Amino acid sequence: MAIRRLGLPAFSRHGTATLRVSLLFSVLFSVLFSVLLSLTLSLLAGLAANQAQAAVEVRDFDSPVTAERYRSLTDGLRCPKCENQAIGDSDSPVAKDMRERVATLLREGRSDREIQDFMVARFGDYVLYNPRLEDRTLLLWGLPAALVLLGGVLVALIVRRRRRASARALSAEERARLDALINRHSDASGDH
Amino acid sequence: MKRRLLLVIPLLVFIGLAGLLYRGLSLDPSARDSALLARDFPAFSLSSLENPEASYDASLFKGEVTLVNVWGEWCPTCKQEMPQLLDLADRGVRLVGVDYKDSREKGRAFLEEFGNPFEVNLFDPEGELGFELGVYGAPETFLVDANGVIRYHHTGYITPEDVTETIMPEVRKWQ
Repeated sequence: MAIRRLGLPAFSRHGTATLRVSLLFSVLFSVLFSVLLSLTLSLLAGLAANQAQAAVEVRDFDSPVTAERYRSLTDGLRCPKCENQAIGDSDSPVAKDMRERVATLLREGRSDREIQDFMVARFGDYVLYNPRLEDRTLLLWGLPAALVLLGGVLVALIVRRRRRASARALSAEERARLDALINRHSDASGDH
Repeated sequence: MKRRLLLVIPLLVFIGLAGLLYRGLSLDPSARDSALLARDFPAFSLSSLENPEASYDASLFKGEVTLVNVWGEWCPTCKQEMPQLLDLADRGVRLVGVDYKDSREKGRAFLEEFGNPFEVNLFDPEGELGFELGVYGAPETFLVDANGVIRYHHTGYITPEDVTETIMPEVRKWQ
């Protein structure tokens, strides 16, 4: 009774081997496929980035650190007109104006945070690719963490319950039935 | 029985998620509130399209509810929008234009061809004021209350329905 409830598929030795081989093939195939796919995608993205870079003007800064800050700021600010492009690789006029302003503010010695604040004050939180942790964004940042925590608690509860269930001793009646089953089995194999 | 009920939970979660995502399909991703709502109209100092000697600043908006329309001769939608702006002016709304990233000649020719519903047209050839307003494409329209505070923002084309259904109620609300 207890064994049947486990519901494990009973494979013959031959069946298990076929299953193993087909599993191996499907794993190999999916790995190969995803590697090829990601290679193609990254190649395409690289091409697109090169093209976009060609459209964006070259700027000189007095230090490589400032140049790097310019690059990271323009990559992290979203173009308000084009929905899913950073201002660093958009051709739209407003993105050009914003890049110009970022460069001006950098030369004035403003901090990254000040420059981001400056853009948010005019174009809204929309322009930040990385939303800030504020009261309004608590749900956004907190929900994934809360879900992971909830999942962990659930798994822990289930594991504990199973352990307890398996550790619980069989009742006298269950023990007797189990013995009977085992005896019958050994009797049957003894006949051979 | 209790266990059976637990099995319904994934279905409920799925239905909830599907509903949420289905709603997302019909939302306009470009619709969002201006960052300037409930804030003072930004400071500026510009001449007018008509008069290069004139000088205007944000005190232009004190004392009367004003609709500020950002336009440019280069903007085809602005041309389509002009009849609605003329209609708004006929309804007694005070309009101020911002001629955005334009030349004086082209701006003046535009008004001559399509009509001029504006009390003043601020001339913003470099897009300075437009940038302060967070404008990312003409036409854009802002409603400024009598204290010079921005109260409503409309991105893009104003349809004849928008005039009666959104703009006029907003104007009346702040008058």
